[in-house]
Amino acid sequence: MMRRAITFRRIVRTGIFNLLRNAWLSIAAMAVMLITLTIVLFSIIANATFANTIAGINDKIDISVYLKDDVSNERRDELISDLKELDNVKSVDYLSKDDALTKYKQDNADNTELLIAISQTDNPLPASLQIKPRDVNKIEEIKAYLERAEIKELQSDETSYSGDRKEAVDKITGATNFLRRAGVVGVIIFSIISMLIIFNTIQMAIFNRRDELTIMRLLGASTWFIRGPFVVESIMYGILSAIISIAVLNGLFVVSSSTLQATSLGLLDIDYANRYFGDHFWAILTMQLVIGIFIGAASSIIATRRYLKFKAVK
Amino acid sequence: MILLDRVSKSYSSESEPALERISLHVEPKEFVIIIGASGAGKSTLLKLLTREEKPSSGKIIVGGIDYDKLKDKDIPLLRRKIGTVFQDFKLLPNKNVFENVAFALEIVGMSNREINHTVPRVLDIVGLRGKEKRMPLELSGGERQRVAIARAVVRQPKILIADEPTGNLDPKHAWDVIKVLEKINRYGTTVILTTHNIEIVNKLKRRVVTIKDGKIVSDRANAEYHES
Repeated sequence: MMRRAITFRRIVRTGIFNLLRNAWLSIAAMAVMLITLTIVLFSIIANATFANTIAGINDKIDISVYLKDDVSNERRDELISDLKELDNVKSVDYLSKDDALTKYKQDNADNTELLIAISQTDNPLPASLQIKPRDVNKIEEIKAYLERAEIKELQSDETSYSGDRKEAVDKITGATNFLRRAGVVGVIIFSIISMLIIFNTIQMAIFNRRDELTIMRLLGASTWFIRGPFVVESIMYGILSAIISIAVLNGLFVVSSSTLQATSLGLLDIDYANRYFGDHFWAILTMQLVIGIFIGAASSIIATRRYLKFKAVK
Repeated sequence: MILLDRVSKSYSSESEPALERISLHVEPKEFVIIIGASGAGKSTLLKLLTREEKPSSGKIIVGGIDYDKLKDKDIPLLRRKIGTVFQDFKLLPNKNVFENVAFALEIVGMSNREINHTVPRVLDIVGLRGKEKRMPLELSGGERQRVAIARAVVRQPKILIADEPTGNLDPKHAWDVIKVLEKINRYGTTVILTTHNIEIVNKLKRRVVTIKDGKIVSDRANAEYHES
């Protein structure tokens, strides 16, 4: 056990030493890994932010049903519970005539003329039901229900569907879905590229030191004693790249969040992105490290395999 | 200590076999010289012993290890039991004398304290005390070979295989290296030496095995060799 610990320490030390010795190769391999991990990072945060934006917009979409003044409380409650039975209905909020007036006054607090005008008469505003659908793309069912004759006759005005907003939402959803997919494709492509480059870097390092490896083999060095330092070296690329990518993003948030907010046309809520990054910092860092270590370890293990085979010519 | 039973080795099916039905038995603590012209099969024989090559047929048992039953992952363990010295030294060029010898001990997971204790003693035996910090390129051929011998014996192997260790050396240095091998043999290590230096063979007066065209043509004790 003691010997294993000593050997492990030597492997790690040699790996770090080689990393420093091959500084230029290391920097090249690390640069690609850094790009990969940064793209991963951007994709995740952009994804979360888009999802948040869409959720926010969807939340604002509702259906307003205006009730006639003579609808009884019982009939109203019956209607509410019937609506709640529908699959796609998330919630139904009742806004009484008085509530509507209060809200109207609040909304127009700085328009004194309007307020005076409205106080002159009986409350002209109808009571209403605010229906929030679960899925804004499937409001047909609710619509069909509200169009029924016996329901229709309870309503004072045409139902409002925020239909104009829906079109905009669809566009945003389409754009964000596209960006999400582009992110995934980018991550995959760059992961492959960085694996290939690290693979090549390690192969070059092995090629430069093939005599040394042969000697190590002849002296009875085990496979992991020889391979270990290469794997450690590539894992270090992964760890350093993960940390740098996080630092770069953090720096971006700190330095230029206002500029980014202005240039992202409101599609990307930078404040939310920043908050998301802060809230999930450790999870994101861990994930970046895992991806970096995986890419490094996998590519170096594959790269060293061929050179470490024992001859089996019989 | 070493047993070869009707061992043959062909590198390809078309060419002549490099070794043909070789049988050889070496006792512990023996000093055996293997001679033969270039291409006679000396190096192939040694490569079979260190398991760089597998025999095409026949049985090899070294230090109680039956090579037929040896798994690839156990090859490193076998090589740690056999010390090897090569004609071209095979030193690590970017490590100094001490580090080159210490490397053989690092491989087996020896602690730095043990290494610092063992390496100077072995460097003493091969006469390189005081040259610990030299790089291989700063040494003469004979000195380099003595570093290689120190590295080969530092793990106290039961067997030392020396493949033409004097091939690249002038007579004086060659003899220095041979004297070191004799010293190591006196400490109880079995030594297998290949050479084509007749002078050395005659001076040593040890068991001489002659290989010609892949076959053992003579095996004599206390032999002297005269060109015919």
